Amino acid sequence: MTVVVIGGLVLGLVSSPGWPTMQQTFFDPHHAKEVFPDLLDAIWLNIKMFLIAEVCILVVAMLLAMARVSRSPWLTPLRLLAVLYTDIVRGIPTILLVVLLAFGVPSLQLQGVTNSPFVWATVALVISYSAYVAEVFRSGIESVHPSQWASAQALGLSRGQTLRHVVVPQGVRRVVPPLLNDFVSLQKDTALASSAGVFEAVFVARDYTNYNFNYTPYVVVACFFIVMTVPLARLCDWLTARMRRRELAGAL
Amino acid sequence: MSALLSVAGLRKSYGDRVVLDDVSLSIEKHDVICLIGASGSGKSTLLRCLNLLEDIDDGVITFEGREISDPRVDARAVRSRLGMVFQAYNLFPHLSVLDNCTLAPRKVHGVRRADAEARARELLEKFGLADHAGKHPDRLSGGQQQRAALVRALCTSPTLLLLDEITAALDPELVGEVLEIVRAEAEAGMTMVIATHEMAFARDVATSVCFLDRGRILEQGPPSEIFSAPREERTREFLRRVLPGSGE
Repeated sequence: MTVVVIGGLVLGLVSSPGWPTMQQTFFDPHHAKEVFPDLLDAIWLNIKMFLIAEVCILVVAMLLAMARVSRSPWLTPLRLLAVLYTDIVRGIPTILLVVLLAFGVPSLQLQGVTNSPFVWATVALVISYSAYVAEVFRSGIESVHPSQWASAQALGLSRGQTLRHVVVPQGVRRVVPPLLNDFVSLQKDTALASSAGVFEAVFVARDYTNYNFNYTPYVVVACFFIVMTVPLARLCDWLTARMRRRELAGAL
Repeated sequence: MSALLSVAGLRKSYGDRVVLDDVSLSIEKHDVICLIGASGSGKSTLLRCLNLLEDIDDGVITFEGREISDPRVDARAVRSRLGMVFQAYNLFPHLSVLDNCTLAPRKVHGVRRADAEARARELLEKFGLADHAGKHPDRLSGGQQQRAALVRALCTSPTLLLLDEITAALDPELVGEVLEIVRAEAEAGMTMVIATHEMAFARDVATSVCFLDRGRILEQGPPSEIFSAPREERTREFLRRVLPGSGE
């Protein structure tokens, strides 16, 4: 069935009137081979950016989530700040954040602050994604049943200790699949750094395209991203399945 | 002699609904107080008020001569001296049975891990759970989970143990193994307040039985008196319903 559908689609594509032109401009093996080594070099920058951003996002998002679930009156300003942050950041398109930071900060001409577009693009991704991931964390934390709070507090644990040892570990476990989903998305959004002039894979592809009037590098770079994201997507599926198995085992 | 814990004029309501009304109770060391009464009569709420899980609207609770219903009192310090076991066990599902039992001793009481584990293993052994120390709670039967929850509460060496209908969620054949532990603790001199539907058990272990009806302690006395010659008509009615065949 799958084969028939895919076969049909390919046939439709190949028999369309513009196919020969398209084949030349998008699927040229010569250009693919030509650009491949450059893209391979460049994609490492995407991977590096992803790995750095991921770690920072987890930390910032957890702090934001903690601030939002806090109850202490002392932390009210922090709680409001966290709400404001999430609302504003989630409202701004990520690409604008990237451009604003990567071009805006250097224009301030601050002493001792880096002008590296790589750094500022990464910071933009961290800011944008931490707002989403914080909400994921928060939904996990809030999904933990109140009876867990009650029994931890009955044992004399403080609110902080209850969060740290009882609620957060359970909450985070539950949101691993949506969390990985966000990270698959983050892997692709490293491409937004191209708009800030970072020499990552998409920038290199565009550079080549502009120079040679051939779009094949875009197809090649798309394949790179697929190869990069599939392992994480499979890991996500596997973890979801494992969790369901465990829950069912618990129900028996 | 001053009571270990005493309650005077306790009142608690959720909005317009009064759940506890003018409840007074005095608990001496080594007492085993059983709270009986229909569902919704306020037994669980009373227990939750005693360890400050609920704010109270009026009244005074004193523990070891100190007023603990004062909002300035550090609730954690009080709770760390009281043990509580819940109807639904409320074990921490992400921790092994052993870690469930050592969490509070280590984090609240500052006991070293090795000491906490030794103590927990000793208690688990005593209550027939030695083989399950490394397992996660969802691998255990309901009875085993509730015994583990009891061990968890005992690991902090509480001055007073509050048990909230701890056998109500169990299959009938598992009730015995849990009550056995409670009986052993009662005999060892543990002070306890027990909300229960197990009348035979209450008659056996209680030093005093309180009958709660619509948020009030309607009648309190030794089990022999409450179960054989209740003073109040409502108590008689309740006992007729829960003790079929006992007659009048």
